[in-house]
Amino acid sequence: MIRRHPQIDGQGRLRHLLSIDGLPKAMIERVLDTASAFLDVSDRTVKKLPLLRGRSVFNLFFENSTRTRTTFEIAAQRLSADVFNLNISASSASKGESLLDTIDNLAAMNADLFVVRHAQSGAPFLIAQHLDHLGKDVHVINAGDGRHEHPTQALLDAYTIRHFKKNFTGLRIALVGDILHSRVARSNIHALTTLGVPDVRAVGPATLLPGGLESMGVRVFHDMREGLRDVDVVIMLRLQNERMRGALLPSAQEYFKHYGLTPEKLAYAAPDAIVMHPGPMNRGVEIDSAVADGPQAVILSQVTFGIAVRMAVLGIIAA
Amino acid sequence: MSTPTRDPEDALGALNADRAYVHLLDQLRRVLADECRSPVLVGVHSGGAWLAERLHTDLGLNSPLGYLSSAFHRDDYGSRGLPTNIKPTVLPFDVEAADLIVVDDVLFTGRTARATLNELFDHGRPARVELAVLADRGGRELPISARFVGVSISLRGAQQLVLSQDTQGHFSFRVE
Amino acid sequence: MKISIVNGRVLTPFERSAPTDDQHGIRSDLHIADGRVIAIGDQVPGSSSVLPDGWVPDRVIDARGMIITPGLVDLAARLREPGFEYRATLESEMQAALVGGVTALVCPPDTDPPLDEPGLVEMLKHRARGLAGAHLYPLGALTVALQGTVITEMAELAEAGCVGFSQANVAIADSQVLLRALQYAKTFGFQVWLQPQDPCLARGGIVHAGPLASRMGLPGIPVIAETVALQTMLELVRVTQARVHFCRLSSAAGVALVRAAKLEGLPVTCDVSVHHLHVTDQDIGWFDANHRVDPPFRSQRDRDAIRAGLGDGTVDAICSDHTPVDDDAKALPYGEAEPGTTGLELLLPLVLKWATETRTPLARAIATITTGPAAIVGMDRMAGTGAGRLELGSVADLMIFDPDALWTVDRNSLVSQGRHSPFLGYEVAGRVMTTFVAGQPIFERV
Repeated sequence: MIRRHPQIDGQGRLRHLLSIDGLPKAMIERVLDTASAFLDVSDRTVKKLPLLRGRSVFNLFFENSTRTRTTFEIAAQRLSADVFNLNISASSASKGESLLDTIDNLAAMNADLFVVRHAQSGAPFLIAQHLDHLGKDVHVINAGDGRHEHPTQALLDAYTIRHFKKNFTGLRIALVGDILHSRVARSNIHALTTLGVPDVRAVGPATLLPGGLESMGVRVFHDMREGLRDVDVVIMLRLQNERMRGALLPSAQEYFKHYGLTPEKLAYAAPDAIVMHPGPMNRGVEIDSAVADGPQAVILSQVTFGIAVRMAVLGIIAA
Repeated sequence: MSTPTRDPEDALGALNADRAYVHLLDQLRRVLADECRSPVLVGVHSGGAWLAERLHTDLGLNSPLGYLSSAFHRDDYGSRGLPTNIKPTVLPFDVEAADLIVVDDVLFTGRTARATLNELFDHGRPARVELAVLADRGGRELPISARFVGVSISLRGAQQLVLSQDTQGHFSFRVE
Repeated sequence: MKISIVNGRVLTPFERSAPTDDQHGIRSDLHIADGRVIAIGDQVPGSSSVLPDGWVPDRVIDARGMIITPGLVDLAARLREPGFEYRATLESEMQAALVGGVTALVCPPDTDPPLDEPGLVEMLKHRARGLAGAHLYPLGALTVALQGTVITEMAELAEAGCVGFSQANVAIADSQVLLRALQYAKTFGFQVWLQPQDPCLARGGIVHAGPLASRMGLPGIPVIAETVALQTMLELVRVTQARVHFCRLSSAAGVALVRAAKLEGLPVTCDVSVHHLHVTDQDIGWFDANHRVDPPFRSQRDRDAIRAGLGDGTVDAICSDHTPVDDDAKALPYGEAEPGTTGLELLLPLVLKWATETRTPLARAIATITTGPAAIVGMDRMAGTGAGRLELGSVADLMIFDPDALWTVDRNSLVSQGRHSPFLGYEVAGRVMTTFVAGQPIFERV
């Protein structure tokens, strides 16, 4: 039975990027180090490197996202790849073509790399294993699968933390919000624990925290002030509109009162704590404008680093 | 390059990195004085960077020191992928119209030099670029030459010439 | 046809008492004539070796190294007819049953259309009889179209051949309807088969709700979905005293509830799927859709409790839960894949594997797939079937298997059109060599 993670080939090289779960620490560090080198490309006169020249990168977004798709597009173009965007909404999929048929068709167009976002957890694994089984030399990058993982987001978050805090050992990091539905949270938990962060915390109401967090190495808090006490990094998660009413949460107002990041609550964290958010932000729901626009927020840096990190991932995998 | 008259073991015995460095430094000093130039040194990671740092001090240059990575313009990405520890290119000056001397440890096929030139030109159009190397080991595969050479030596194709620097800053060569 | 099976070991299933016979059955010959067992070698208790004078068999089968048992009785095998012929057909699945040594099987009513009319049941039984394979015992739908609002004509369906009434895995949301259905069934003494899963607590769920579901980002079905439904159903049993058989228990808490209910004296029985004896939620690997089943594979603790339940008799029977799924329906992301796994050909080897791992005596293990299920269906009262027994005079529904034969579970070795299983690629021990129905060797492995 398959024991080796499908993202790592027989020679130990990173062939796909499907999940941070199962990504060795050395590999994570390599991505971060490589991203440092890519960071200045955006400042050059010639904002392009020839690494992926002639390669075809297909953005397969089965779930809409302008933001992530755009950053992958920029990253791929900075490496001189040819980028093709396919927005496959639910309706065109329902016209009958199965996921794997779509993949087979695109692979037949000599794609080199698929960047996949899908509403179903595990979809990129299915795609990668299907392509490997067919002997196709196509690499798959998971740009977000259901609730499962969003590996490049966690990598850029780790890069951001390393940039501002230098070392992971000794850090206290809190993830706040809808962990239950968050692929960003899961990927971050794996990345931070792998990198040796000793204190990773999840803060939220019981309805939004999945069971089994402790077994992933996370301390659970329902009281946000306690959860933020002395932390060095606060990662705020987006609360989706659908969750705000109904059986999970009564209202955005009550949520903001107890779990929204305000200057008053942020004061419980370390004085030099940084505030992060994967975006897009819901101001007044999970984060107060005063904090989002304040000196401790590094949200825009995350965006800049995101391009360099994605260039690093593309560069390492596409070889 | 003419064929070697000495067997490589002997050649290495005579290959003294510190002596080569002094020879290189002398050439640079003389030419810079003769031509009244104040160029910017740019060291190629990693061996070239060490050399550039030492040269920068010994030449008493006021200009900033630059660092170049060849990683992004290498021609072997398709077969070997990205190198595992890439150090970033840092050019804290305007490349546009600059007088540059690129410093590297070993000149062999010329491919690294070609890659560093591409990397440089991504940042602007220099007025002039010259190449300074500690050792030229022949075996060129591209039309590249270094104006400043510390020592010339011939090695068999499969051999690698590697520069190292110890904790006191002394250079040494070894053949692998 | 007169048949002598010689040199094999005859294994008689037993339920509770300690074995007095050899672990692997007793060396004994067995003789068949006119579709019945007419003699068993005299080492087997209660047997007789008296053959009529001058009795000459038409065929002698050498069963050296093999074990002879009653044909297996499978409480849950989906044959996919009528309506789902693209997944499997009666022909292929009845053949798979024979290959698996199954001579009697119960099929759930979730066909298309569901078995809620006598005409459909008669047609199905007629089709099956024409194929000369295992005896088919259909379950009738408990409510019309399985919709959970109107009860079916249970008496008519029973006359057409239904041995009980079921909703398959379509829960009845309205507890008043369930109460009425149980009352009605009780009127006629019919047995109701229910899979306990509260539809609201299970809503949206795909895997067992536990640390693995959290890690994989898959919606979970909590154990309370099973226990809340069980509690409700048990209350209704208390009130109506209807006979209920619980299908496919999946959790430790569920087994505990049934244990207590039996101690209380409620008229309930239960089964588990043979896969749940082995597979846990951890075995999902990298989102392997072959792992997706209903109810889901739960934790190691739950699996161990199921095994313990078999050990102390709380769980009465093991079934294959045979559910053929076509390839397209599995070549999808896990959450979209259709639940189901092939089971008929794996029932025997997986029961043997469980027996070996738990040091359960073989005769006891075989009872869970022969006499145990036969008792639940009340097969003793039905004519023309071996009823999971192997004794003098019983109808010769038997099978001969090689306990040591190793084979790999893959698309080539499986006969069923359902070629999906968490055991694909595994090597298992135990292979059926011959299956007899009413004394005829209908399947023989060459």
